[in-house]
Amino acid sequence: MLDFGYSRPDLEGEVLRQLSHSDSMAIAGGTELLNWIRLGIAAPAFLVDLAGLPDRSNIALNGEWLEIGAACTLNMVGEHPAVREHAASLASACLQAASAQVRNRATLGGNVLQRTRCSYFRVEEPAPGPCNKRSPGSGCAALSGANEQHAIFGWTPDCVAVQPSDPLVALTCLDAEVEIADHSGHRWMPVAGLHLTQQEAAADGGDPARLETRLAADELIRGYRIPAVTGRRSTYVKVRERVSYAYALVSAAASVRQLEGGDNEVRIVLGSVAQRPWRLLTAEHGLQGQELTTQNVAAAVERAMAGARPLSTNRYKLRLARGVAVRAVLEAAQR
Amino acid sequence: MIGQTGAENGASSHVVTTRFALNGEQQQSAAAARTTVLDWLRESAGLTGTKKGCNEGACGSCTVLVDGRRMNSCLILLAQVDGADLTTVEGLADSDGTLHPVQQAFIDHDSFQCGYCTPGQIISAVACISEGHTGSAEEVREWMSGNLCRCAAYPQITAAVLTAAHPINPEA
Repeated sequence: MLDFGYSRPDLEGEVLRQLSHSDSMAIAGGTELLNWIRLGIAAPAFLVDLAGLPDRSNIALNGEWLEIGAACTLNMVGEHPAVREHAASLASACLQAASAQVRNRATLGGNVLQRTRCSYFRVEEPAPGPCNKRSPGSGCAALSGANEQHAIFGWTPDCVAVQPSDPLVALTCLDAEVEIADHSGHRWMPVAGLHLTQQEAAADGGDPARLETRLAADELIRGYRIPAVTGRRSTYVKVRERVSYAYALVSAAASVRQLEGGDNEVRIVLGSVAQRPWRLLTAEHGLQGQELTTQNVAAAVERAMAGARPLSTNRYKLRLARGVAVRAVLEAAQR
Repeated sequence: MIGQTGAENGASSHVVTTRFALNGEQQQSAAAARTTVLDWLRESAGLTGTKKGCNEGACGSCTVLVDGRRMNSCLILLAQVDGADLTTVEGLADSDGTLHPVQQAFIDHDSFQCGYCTPGQIISAVACISEGHTGSAEEVREWMSGNLCRCAAYPQITAAVLTAAHPINPEA
């Protein structure tokens, strides 16, 4: 593996100062970063270990918010009673991710920053085929190649990758906010605004293949907060080619809450259909005042999927997404 | 600050000193920062029970316990276990040679063929049992899914884990 320096500061200010050097990267669980270094996706000269920062592994209900520190591992989040009660979708998503061993190291702060599993991207350098993420301007092999795992929304001809994180989909569905520290202080932003599709990156004037999140290289995720909404029931449904230990083909996070007067408030977010979680707003509006039956939910989701742009080998995702969204909503409604 | 190497960012010396316990014995090691726990165990400590299968966190043959929690040692830098308590497969049996109940169960249930995945399976099973994820064969299969076996000894592995978890009533 590439040679690099290493430090483990115990003050956030020192971490940020070291990260301000362009050849430094932060390491938390290391379950993505070490593989990036092995493949040549990243080549930092210096790693700043975040494990020295205190108080980043707390999970607590604090008034109207469920607060989760960025250093919490996926197993910690998935098995915590407060998360199971107030953010069931997130607990489920965490425990359906990866393996027990990976979940004992992967952190919630790092997990949302993982990158695509596209097989043209995840190769040892030098990449044998075109990949605009690995080599700007080289092209996108997946666009007309093996794109079964790739996007049906938000892609451009430069890149058709999806964001594979399970917890990210649940956090989006639950209206979570993420706290980001930078050199001038810290700020909260909706998790839903953290990631960009390729189209959104291009609209922002960025490289559609390489601008993936709004987190700058010298910024740090401190933690999350999720509104503790009374009566909200949520689920996470993950469809994979095998029973366990695989990335999603398509997934869905859903929440249902009964409002005063008996109407249901529904949230549906799809995973692995775009380079960010894909909220089905049109379906949610379409279901207002409606009974949550298979027929009604399927019809609403079908209309919301009308703008999908499947690739040459991933048309199956349209039907799978409909099925997964319906299942997630109905399971949430029955909790 | 712990472990600062050389001058800042891109310096020539990247050696980190790490202090930790390994199978009950205190260790102090100076190694290149890029050294993983897996490579240190096999190359520096001569403990080759822990295996390098995929070296990317997918197969689980490198599973070790860090403070009792199972992790893929190929995904941990040695520097990151400073102050921790490591357990490898070599540390499971008693000093008089009596096998750990999980090891004995693997033998009793014929739970390996080539044996390559076996140390990782055993360590993973020790943790799976202490975590309490052994309520049923289905739960064992789910919580042991991070350990791959190309010889497909999965049914026997599952049986061994259940036996070791519930020694009086193996069908529980």
